[in-house]
Amino acid sequence: MKKIATGNKAVAEAVKQVRPDVIAAYPITPQTEIVEQIAEFVSGGELKSRYIPVESEHSAMAACIGASITGARTFTATSSHGLLYMHEMTNWAAGARLPVVMANVNRSLGPGWNIWAEHTDALQERDTGWLQVYVSTVQEAYDATLMAFRIAEHNDVLLPVMINLDGFLLSHIMQPLDTIDPGDFIPPMSLPHAIDTKNPAGYGGLTGPDQQFRVRWDIERSMRDAVKVIEKTQEEFAKRFGRKYGFTEDYLCGDAEVIIVAMGTLGKEAEVAVDMLRQEGVKAGSMRLRWLRPFPKLNLKGKQVVVIDRDYSFGRGGILATEITAQTKEQVASIIAGIGGQEVTYEDIADFVRHRCMGTEFWFGVDKYV
Amino acid sequence: MRIRSPPLQELDTIAEIPKEEYVLKCTSACAGCSDSLALRYVLKAAGPDTVLVVPACCTSVIQGIWPNTAFNVPVYNIAFGAAAACASGMSNAFRAAGKKTNVIVYAGDGGTLDIGIQAMSGAFERGTDFLYICYDNEAYGNTGMQRSGATPLGARTTTTPAGKTDAKKDIDAIIAAHDPPYQATAAAAYPQDLFKKVQKALTFRGPTFIHVLAPCPPGWRYSTEKTVEMGKLAVKSGMWVLYEREYGRLTIGAQSKAAMKKPIPLEDYLAPQGRFKGIDAKTVDIIKQRIARNLARLAAEEAAP
Repeated sequence: MKKIATGNKAVAEAVKQVRPDVIAAYPITPQTEIVEQIAEFVSGGELKSRYIPVESEHSAMAACIGASITGARTFTATSSHGLLYMHEMTNWAAGARLPVVMANVNRSLGPGWNIWAEHTDALQERDTGWLQVYVSTVQEAYDATLMAFRIAEHNDVLLPVMINLDGFLLSHIMQPLDTIDPGDFIPPMSLPHAIDTKNPAGYGGLTGPDQQFRVRWDIERSMRDAVKVIEKTQEEFAKRFGRKYGFTEDYLCGDAEVIIVAMGTLGKEAEVAVDMLRQEGVKAGSMRLRWLRPFPKLNLKGKQVVVIDRDYSFGRGGILATEITAQTKEQVASIIAGIGGQEVTYEDIADFVRHRCMGTEFWFGVDKYV
Repeated sequence: MRIRSPPLQELDTIAEIPKEEYVLKCTSACAGCSDSLALRYVLKAAGPDTVLVVPACCTSVIQGIWPNTAFNVPVYNIAFGAAAACASGMSNAFRAAGKKTNVIVYAGDGGTLDIGIQAMSGAFERGTDFLYICYDNEAYGNTGMQRSGATPLGARTTTTPAGKTDAKKDIDAIIAAHDPPYQATAAAAYPQDLFKKVQKALTFRGPTFIHVLAPCPPGWRYSTEKTVEMGKLAVKSGMWVLYEREYGRLTIGAQSKAAMKKPIPLEDYLAPQGRFKGIDAKTVDIIKQRIARNLARLAAEEAAP
């Protein structure tokens, strides 16, 4: 069904179609519209989920964990400080191998109070064992949310999945949305280690130095297995519903000499910059990274790489740039732009390429082009 | 309001408590541990269709080392401040699936009065269908006896080496403010009473709370064989009061009624415990005044029409 929706509404629509058994959430700007919409679906009887209006994000994730371990399908949504507040429990969800699905509306971190887009919130969850996907359009927010449940609940994965959408730039932007009936694309959830009072077991008890590393390795093994599951899920989604997604979305990368790598809406904006640069005779391409975890093998051989980070790791650098330099020997120009919702136009992105200085870091709005 | 109304077992003697064991041999509890003693009766009352949600506390340790477990019901271990929220998700999921499985939080005083109070308050306010049991050994026992909000005035812990200068937080009054259908206090030293209260609590739909005094030999510094005696002395001195509050209506237990009429000297309770060694007369006097005030408050509440 074709309609017009915001990114937040698109997530809520997808959740309605997947019908989680339990949804526990706490409101935070700019995520609120997701939980409000879901609450409305539940109260209107359109969605037969248990909606738990918890008193904090820490409790939102704890409630999802408690529900999930019974074999229930679970969903929550948050942003920024909410995500940080649930950090202890995001680790727990992944460690307990629970396929919780969460939408995170990327937002800057205080102080000061800034409600605008930034990826540092989700990137601080990078090492928790969550799969992370970053989307760039309303349609993609919807499609990725649907696929997230199938990927998380796949028995080769059984890890939580976080769908990231840029605060306001996507959460509150109206775009066309084509909703679908996922049918058996998302099979019923079947958790192999679900609690069974007829077969009592202990969960997450004392684990010694002779065992803990095995538990942690098992998370990594599933993270590696998740690559295939993601590929297959996206392939089947394309076959069934006609929309194609990869680990990255590549735009004119084939013959490109310089490739822009970014996540979220900036990555989409980069395509416009590529068109402009091509007109000027610059052989540019764009590689929008969709999946940060598991991190895909990027084909950047022989290219100059301009990485745009809407995030930062103090004392080290742009987090995406750091990830990429760890994987490739190609020269990287690291651009820090869009922090706390700083306006970055496609003109600016074209400038990042025009004035690129390989092997350096450039803070947009702070540094001057040489 | 009641969804399950099994006839409450009338227990006159301890022999009538079911023989099924859910706390099996080989727990790693200390000698004289009343956490495991209380849990034994809690699970006998709850029966096999029960899930325990356990935050970081002594019970996370005494259940044994993974992949083994000494408890014969599913145990879900969760982070320190998250037990009630986790149980709230679990209870909702079970009820959504049409299951009546008991969801019981079994948490220490630190996980209840301190780090877990927000999640607990939220779960009670939301009317979660679960039983929250706080076994109270009046300090952070698992980490070697540091003060908690439940540590009584004057008690020495590793972080109050000169004796605690603040009074014990009244968690029962805080729970009462949430107006749950049922709340009670109990003590590991009175297993029949505890057993009955757990059975009763599980007949209510909605959040219920039982606060169990759980004396701790290494923490309170008394010899291990005195665990039951210590709990009884706490009740007999009025330091601990046994009562139930059902739909807001308070009933004080017979043992505490007797103690209100004729209490034993508080010193009889304090003296055998190393944690009160060297407590000054002024502090003892303040504790006595607080006990008197608490008993008067409860008696007045019970007598009110």
